[in-house]
Amino acid sequence: MSTTVAVLLACAACFALKLVGYLMPARWVSGPRTSRITTLLPVALLSALIAVQAFTTGRHLVVDARLAAVVVALGLLRLRANFIVVVLAAAAVAAGLRALGWG
Amino acid sequence: MTPSGGLDPTRRREVLRQSWSVGVATGAYGISFGALGVAAGLDTWQVQALSALMFTGGSQFAFVGIIATGLGAAPSAIATAALLGIRNGLYALQTSQLLHVRRVRRLLAAHLTIDESTAVGITQPEDEAKRLGFWQTGTAVFVFWNAMTLVGALLGNALGDPKRYGLDAAAAGAFCALLWPRLRSLDALATAALAIALALAFAPFVPAGIPVLIASLAAVVVALRHGGRHEQPLSAEAAGSDPTP
Repeated sequence: MSTTVAVLLACAACFALKLVGYLMPARWVSGPRTSRITTLLPVALLSALIAVQAFTTGRHLVVDARLAAVVVALGLLRLRANFIVVVLAAAAVAAGLRALGWG
Repeated sequence: MTPSGGLDPTRRREVLRQSWSVGVATGAYGISFGALGVAAGLDTWQVQALSALMFTGGSQFAFVGIIATGLGAAPSAIATAALLGIRNGLYALQTSQLLHVRRVRRLLAAHLTIDESTAVGITQPEDEAKRLGFWQTGTAVFVFWNAMTLVGALLGNALGDPKRYGLDAAAAGAFCALLWPRLRSLDALATAALAIALALAFAPFVPAGIPVLIASLAAVVVALRHGGRHEQPLSAEAAGSDPTP
């Protein structure tokens, strides 16, 4: 599969999911159990993405400058910092530590 | 985008102002997506296609984050983007009740059904304003998100080596910012902890991208175990708190 094909397939899947909500009666997906799963699903996926993005290189678990970046990002979010500030700070921390020769 | 003759001019201006300020504020994050997209190895057009055709920020960030590990991870990247896109389908169940759209307009409405358009739309008091808010916010976010994605992609290309500028850490920071507003209940915290544990436990043994899919089971486990004692329902407020489309 080429990258372009992967991009188009992913776009099609996301569009189909949006469209399905317009074609389907709401009662099909009502119910507390379904709504609990769909509320928690993004939490699980985003948490796992943080773990993989920050603590793995290939199939190896690693601790490097990215750990410091995540700690700073979470600290800033606690202080209600804006999205862009968090992203830039995470990059700056990692870049700074690497420039100093750590991680 | 839609006629709104029934709304008085003052309210109409209010809704327009709200819609377009949300569009500008959210669109600005497109710059980080563009930069991270090219840092992940996609070319400018592929990154731009994601913003134009996928148009749902969480899924876009997840897709480029996973595909950065190599083309072998493409199926996982697609699956993760789709799983994160399920919530748009749930928003659509609500917005379809107020938009009453058919044919081409239904396809357009579906494409613009994201966190922001839903949040601005459903929180207006009048039906006319709900429709106006949805269409205007969706259009505004689409315009700025795509324009800023292009700016970010061009900047990212100009920067060169992504690691030197900490762009790999920036992706982790972006996921933190997307996750943060959702950590409002004990169930959410338990899900996050379990998902991190599962992802790291499986990472050494399965191909890239698969750990994230396995970790999605954390949502099912916590949802079924706790019987909803610590949950927070999917609300308009929660929808509006997501920092990207």
